[in-house]
This record gives sequence, structure tokens and C-alpha cells, in this order.
Amino acid sequence: MAELLNVKGLETHFRTREGIVHAVNGVSFNLKEGETLGVVGESGCGKSVTVMSILRLIPQPPGEIVGGQAIYQDKDLLKMSDEEIRHIRGAQISMVFQDPMTSFNPVLTIGRQVSEPLEVHMGMNTKQAEDRVVESLELVGIPNARDRLKDYPHQFSGGMRQRVMIAMALTCTPQILIADEPTTALDVTIQAQIIELVKRLRDELGMAIIWITHDLGVIAGLADNMAVMYAGYIIEEAPVKDIYASPEHPYTIGLLGSLPRLDSERRAERLISIEGLPPVLYEKPNYCPFAPRCKWQIEHCLHENPPLMPVGTSHNAACWVDTKTGRHR
Amino acid sequence: MDENNVLLKVDNLVMHFPIKRGVFQRTVGFVHAVDGVSFEIHQGETLGLVGESGCGKSTTGRTILQLYKPTDGHVYFGETDLTKIKGEELRLLRRKMQMIFQDPYASLNPRMTVEEIVGEPLIVHNLAKGREVRDRVKDLLGLVGLNPAYVDRYPHEFSGGQRQRIGVARALSLNPDLIICDEPISALDVSIQAQVVNLLEDLQEQFNLTYLFIAHDLSMVRHISDRVAVMYLGVIMELAQRAEVYNHPLHPYTQALLSAVPIPDPVVEEKRQRIILTGDVPSPVNPPSGCRFRTRCPIAAEICAEKRPEFKEWVPGHFAACHFSAKFV
Repeated sequence: MAELLNVKGLETHFRTREGIVHAVNGVSFNLKEGETLGVVGESGCGKSVTVMSILRLIPQPPGEIVGGQAIYQDKDLLKMSDEEIRHIRGAQISMVFQDPMTSFNPVLTIGRQVSEPLEVHMGMNTKQAEDRVVESLELVGIPNARDRLKDYPHQFSGGMRQRVMIAMALTCTPQILIADEPTTALDVTIQAQIIELVKRLRDELGMAIIWITHDLGVIAGLADNMAVMYAGYIIEEAPVKDIYASPEHPYTIGLLGSLPRLDSERRAERLISIEGLPPVLYEKPNYCPFAPRCKWQIEHCLHENPPLMPVGTSHNAACWVDTKTGRHR
Repeated sequence: MDENNVLLKVDNLVMHFPIKRGVFQRTVGFVHAVDGVSFEIHQGETLGLVGESGCGKSTTGRTILQLYKPTDGHVYFGETDLTKIKGEELRLLRRKMQMIFQDPYASLNPRMTVEEIVGEPLIVHNLAKGREVRDRVKDLLGLVGLNPAYVDRYPHEFSGGQRQRIGVARALSLNPDLIICDEPISALDVSIQAQVVNLLEDLQEQFNLTYLFIAHDLSMVRHISDRVAVMYLGVIMELAQRAEVYNHPLHPYTQALLSAVPIPDPVVEEKRQRIILTGDVPSPVNPPSGCRFRTRCPIAAEICAEKRPEFKEWVPGHFAACHFSAKFV
């Protein structure tokens, strides 16, 4: 499969009163055509900032993209003019946000908001756009789509609003859909509806997806490959089946262990918890940022931050210790 | 856990909130938040109460503590009917029943120090004063895994997980028998959730606490509970031992809910068949006639609209409110 998006060494900082927060510290990944990449991590690990940086949606200041590149169609998204990137956002790469309540404009009708990308990017007139909007709303399963064009966001339920958001993101048939925790605010039965919908649309439209979440369950059923982030670094990446079957990084092991499973036979006596808290980095660490919470920690971890190292076929982990043997890699 | 020693008995609890409109605040309708809920909790047991947002699970918890005056029904704590007592009598019993809230950011007064927050119940109930309060607070902080030296800090100096520990310390300060945990972990990150759940389990063992654990995360409820009640639109749909609910659900809603929960294992996810419910939860202002679930139920028949199903014991200890549960026994 052809490479669609190539992100290399992305670094994003935020200037705050306490100092410069290093939110993303050299993130690299590839996205192939039709691939679904899951990006997993806890709040503050830099997963949202990574994709927002790629689309240049980081407010600057206080944010600043200080390094790296994001190559899409032979062009660097990070170096484009504002005008150029506007033609890409929403048309070729579009985004679905977490909170369906706050990401719509409450005083504009749904019809108006969903048709906006069509008018802006595809140069359609109002009538053409309207027909296309009805089509996309039907595609995501909104009943009586044509009658609902004149409704306002508050007249839709949370699940319906997230469907409308997906319709809006897909209406220009983008090549890449970035979904930032799109089901976190929804109930499980509605979450299941939305995930089914996204899977169906992915197969029908053949787009690539970057799905950001903290829910390891959702990713398991949806993604081909995944990247685990911690403190602004990708600390492990592999095909999903490999990561779940044999996680290599202590943080990934901890995350999977802290989840009770609905299908496990017996009640586990205790959940494996990761003691301590994720750090906020005011400078680039010369140690492993997970070391203070890590029970595999060795001397080396305190002096050098481990890069991603191959630990299996297309399976990389950033850890000095082989967690299978407990020895230095 | 003592099967015969019932600590809390909820009998046909009803909580309707009036909807008021106009200049004269005329009552124009009711939100049927809780509509005839009955269950018992034994001494030392954890009863999990699960359901989607708006199903009335939090209202049930609050109504039990008489934070709302119930519209109908009885709540027996030991021998006493809480709905019949008030004033000083109720205040004295409240020592025995405490609550842990969902949002660790909103449930602690930002202008109070940890000593004031955790010590307040002691002072209000005249159980300690001066130096004793401080010593007791330090003991409590140690119990919940916080450094006792933090007594003079303010809530903003703590992370979400630490704040939730402060909430737990406050609930413990009066040596309660029953703690109602209202979504205590849903605002926390995955690795921190496991810390708090482990803490709650340790404390339960140490002090023989009884928990009503309210949550929407079915995997976590399964981990922590002895018995589980599933709620939908103000009504308990199913109630049984944990293993029974998860392995042999007798209600179509429970079945759909369980099948919607993603499992963190790509191999399992690949093979799973999902029951995808259509539509959204109806409004509790105007709930469906007969069975509350019939509008989304895959096996609904005519009788479901006419007659509210009885909450019946199909197998010893396993209750379900469905006309067709016999099919699944």
C-alpha cells in the first residue's frame, strides 16, 4: 500500500508561565492508504497535540511547532501557507472531535454547517450542496435527513450529533479521517453504533483513519496498527495483534494490566496499577520519562532516554530493558 | 459478606422531579428519574449499579441518602426507615452513610485545606476538635495512600487521582458502614483508575465496608462487585450475582449492553457478534408505556407496550424485568 502521510520528528512546545512545556518530543509515524492507526495514551501524553499540530490547529502562541515535518502528497503540511493548508483541512484530511456538544456552532442550522465544506472546497452552489448533505446525512444513518437540515445542533441527541459531525467530516470524501476520542462522551450502546458506522464507511470509502483514544478496548476492534504515547513520545508501536499479545514496553504492559476484562474467567484479585503520575516535561529529558514509575528500571534508564528500537517484526519499543528477561537490551 | 445481614433495603423507590414553567412556576410535567426501584445490600457487600447516562443511577444513590425527598417508597437502613425520619435523627444516621462523588475537581471546596475538607465531618458531628482533628486527618490521609504532611495543602495542588483519595478520606472520616460511590473513577485516567479501585477494595476488607458502586463502565463494575443491578430509564432491568449477570443475562437490554462493551483483545474482537441497538434512550419525561426498553428492544412484542413486566426471580437470586426472560433461562 502506498504511503499517504509521513510524519517525522514532530516537536511541539507550549509557552506557559511555569516554563516551556514539551508536549510532543519528536514523533514519527507513517500512515498508508486505507490503514487505521490507533494512537493510545492517557490525558496529557500529547496524542491530541500531535494531530492538531499536523493540521496546524494549535493556537500559536502559546503553542509552537518547533521541528519536524509532515509530508502529504509530496508537500510538508507544516511549511504550507495558511491558504494552502485550508484547502487540505476538511477536504483531504478532516477531523472529528471528542465533544459533539461544543464543536458545532449552536446558532447555525445543521444543514448550513455540514454544507459549508462543500461550498468552500468543492465550489458547489447551495442547491447542489444541499442534495449532497442529505446524501451524507443518510449515509451516517440520520432518519428523515432532508427535514432535519433546518434543525439546530441542540435538537439532536449526543449520538446523533456525533453522526452529523462524521457526515460533515466525510462530505468531501477525504483521504484521511482524524478522529480525536470521538466516542468518549457517548454511552456504550451509542459508541457501538458509531464504531460500526465508521468501520462501514471506511470499507465503503477506503479512507485512512487516525483514531486517538485512551480506550484500549475500542482500538482492539478497529485499528490495524497502533502507537502508544507517553510524555510526548511514541514509546511502542506495532500491529495491534502484536501489542495486545505481547506488549514490550513496561507502560503498555501496565496499561493493559490495569484494565479489567469483561471476558476474563475469574475475578482478578487486584488490578495492576501504575503508581505515580505522568510527568509534565519542562525540558527534554536525558532519562527515560517513564523510569520514575517503572519497576523494571535499571541504571541506564536514568542517564539516557531510550529511542524506539526494533523488538520484533514491525514492532518497536523505547525501553532499555527486555521486559521478557529483565535484562538490558 | 453476610448473606442474612441486610444493611440497606430499598423498597419501591420513586423519584419524580417536577418540571416548572411560566411566571407562576406551574408544574407541567415530571421527570421520571427513578420509577419503582427495589433491592437489598448485605453487610460487607459491593452492589454494582450500572446503566447509561440519564438512567437514574445517580439519582437512586442520592435519594437513598435522602439528599432528595423521595416521591414514594421506603429506604430501610438497618431497622430504620430513612424516609420517615428527619432533623437530628437523620443527621445522626448520616454518619453511617457516606458518599464519594464523580468529579474530583468539583466535589472539593477550592478554598479549604485538606485538613478542613477531611476534618469537617468530624467537627460537624462533634466527634473531635482542635489537635484531635488534625491527628485524625493525618491518619486518614495515610490510610488512603497520601502523605500525611499534605494536610495544609489546597485541592488544586493535587492531581485527579489524589483528589479522589481526599474524597475517599472524607467519606471514611466518620467510620461509615455504607459508602455510595457515584462514578468515583470515571473522571480518571486508566492507570489511575486501577489505583483508586485497588484502594477501595483494600479499605473494604480492612473496615468491612458496604459499597453501592454506581458506574457506567461494565468491566470495572464486574471487577469490583459481588452482585450487579442493571438500570434503564429509571427501572432496574436485571439484578443477580455478578457471574450470573455477565455470563447468563436474562434481559435483552443487559445482553445488548454487554455486547457493546469493547474487549481489549483484537483476536476476540474479530470474532465477536454485536447486538447493535437502534436509536437513543427515550426521554424520562414521557417514558414508553409498558416495558421501558420496548422501543429499542430487538424482541419486543405487543404485550410489551401494554403491560409493565414484573421484576421476577427466574432463577434463585436472579431477577429480571422482561416478559420473555424464560427464553434465556
